[in-house]
Amino acid sequence: MIADDTQTCQPLAGGQSLMPMLNLRVAQPEVLVDLNRIAALSFIEIQNDVVHIGAMVRYTALMHSPLIDKHVPLLAMALPYIAHQAVRNRGTIGGSVALADPAAEMPAVLKALAATIVVVSAHGQREIPAEAFFLGIYETALDEGELVHSIKIPLATSGHRFGFYELARRHGDYAMAGVAVSAQSINPCTELSIVFFGVADQPLRAVDAQAVLEGCAISDNAALTAAQQSLPAELMLGDTGVSADTRLQLARVALKRALLSMAD
Amino acid sequence: MKNKEIEVCINGETIQASVPVRMNLVDFIREKLGLTGSHVGCEQGVCGACTISIDGVAVRGCLMLAVQADGSSITTIEGVSENPVGSALQRAFVEHNALQCGFCTPGMIASSIEYIEQGGLSDRAAIREHLSGNYCRCTGYQSIIDAVASVVDQRAEP
Ligand SMILES: Cc1cc2nc3c(=O)[nH]c(=O)nc-3n(C[C@H](O)[C@H](O)[C@H](O)COP(=O)(O)OP(=O)(O)OC[C@H]3O[C@@H](n4cnc5c(N)ncnc54)[C@H](O)[C@@H]3O)c2cc1C
Ligand code: FES
Ligand code: FES
Repeated sequence: MIADDTQTCQPLAGGQSLMPMLNLRVAQPEVLVDLNRIAALSFIEIQNDVVHIGAMVRYTALMHSPLIDKHVPLLAMALPYIAHQAVRNRGTIGGSVALADPAAEMPAVLKALAATIVVVSAHGQREIPAEAFFLGIYETALDEGELVHSIKIPLATSGHRFGFYELARRHGDYAMAGVAVSAQSINPCTELSIVFFGVADQPLRAVDAQAVLEGCAISDNAALTAAQQSLPAELMLGDTGVSADTRLQLARVALKRALLSMAD
Repeated sequence: MKNKEIEVCINGETIQASVPVRMNLVDFIREKLGLTGSHVGCEQGVCGACTISIDGVAVRGCLMLAVQADGSSITTIEGVSENPVGSALQRAFVEHNALQCGFCTPGMIASSIEYIEQGGLSDRAAIREHLSGNYCRCTGYQSIIDAVASVVDQRAEP
């Protein structure tokens, strides 16, 4: 049905983004396919060295999952920042991935953790690294007729450290700037992965900041300042609430706070 | 627009209805069932006035389709007094002046029931966080937090 191109058709997951778009008539698909009764898309399980999460797993289920707490702590750290309880009770991880809102927490966290997005269509299945999945504002590597099936996230190992920080106007609002950080170790930093959300047109990997900090202690002030200065000013987006300059400043603050939180 | 038959249990009463497939759940509850206690403020999930309980979980009534509720059990403000936590909250809201115009109250109560039933503490910051998705334009929130905290404390007493 999703592959039938004679009608505009959209899958409906938690509806916490699509329903507002329908209510406001911003989206007007002729056919809605409700994924909510597909039990086969709501699993959380460990397979070898990854946690495998079905697209229809809701935020609240992730928050209550001991597997996520233990094996994907960065995801657990980010979840309370997403919207409010009643929205988290319906919203799904697959919906957030498919929507690709650049201000959303999940895409940045998944990119920081080198997750893989499993997608399905009438023609079969393929796996896309999160790194190559999020392409722009509401733009992903999904082809016409493809659905997000699940997400695979590498298990955290014992030495692994994570940081998360978000600046928002009110609790539960979309971030004005936020960052998700993962590191194999922090003294010195190795395999740092730093991804911002809410700052650019997609989850933004801070390549230069990663390079500056690699090999330094995480609380090394000079390295921290250099990492802050290295953020790409030209990629920051401004909007009616926050100018691009302010955004850059907020991103620098978020980075410092996230990194320092990892030092304790 | 196409219609679909659904069966829901609303405030303890099982009903069958034929609903347009694109009708919002809260519109169905207000317009077809005449239960106008659930309010509609923004229709985009932001204000929380339409928050109701489905199978014990607080959700936005404006962000679900009526057809998606097929087979579920719904509680709106009209049914909360059947629930001991719900009726205690109703009393506490009145005692603490936690409502003025009352527009936000049905959603506030639905979210507060969920908070208390999940074992939430009388910690103000935690209550605030849980109710952060419910807007009130009158009270300034303090009295609402007072009311919820008082019910948590009452229940903790032996
Ligand atoms: C008041 C409010 C505050 C919010 N705050 C935040 C926030 O702070 N951070 C945040 O990240 N989000 C926030 N959200 C959005 C919320 O997280 C959404 O739930 C989420 O972005 C989309 O998930 P969903 O399951 O609701 O998807 P839906 O709304 O059902 O779908 C979103 C889009 O993805 C498509 N889609 C859904 N599932 C699939 C699939 N499996 N395969 C292919 N396409 C699919 C749909 O067709 C649609 O285009 C907020 C929402 C509200 C109402
Ligand atoms: S009317 Fe549903 S949240 Fe505002
Ligand atoms: S009492 Fe008026 S909006 Fe809350």
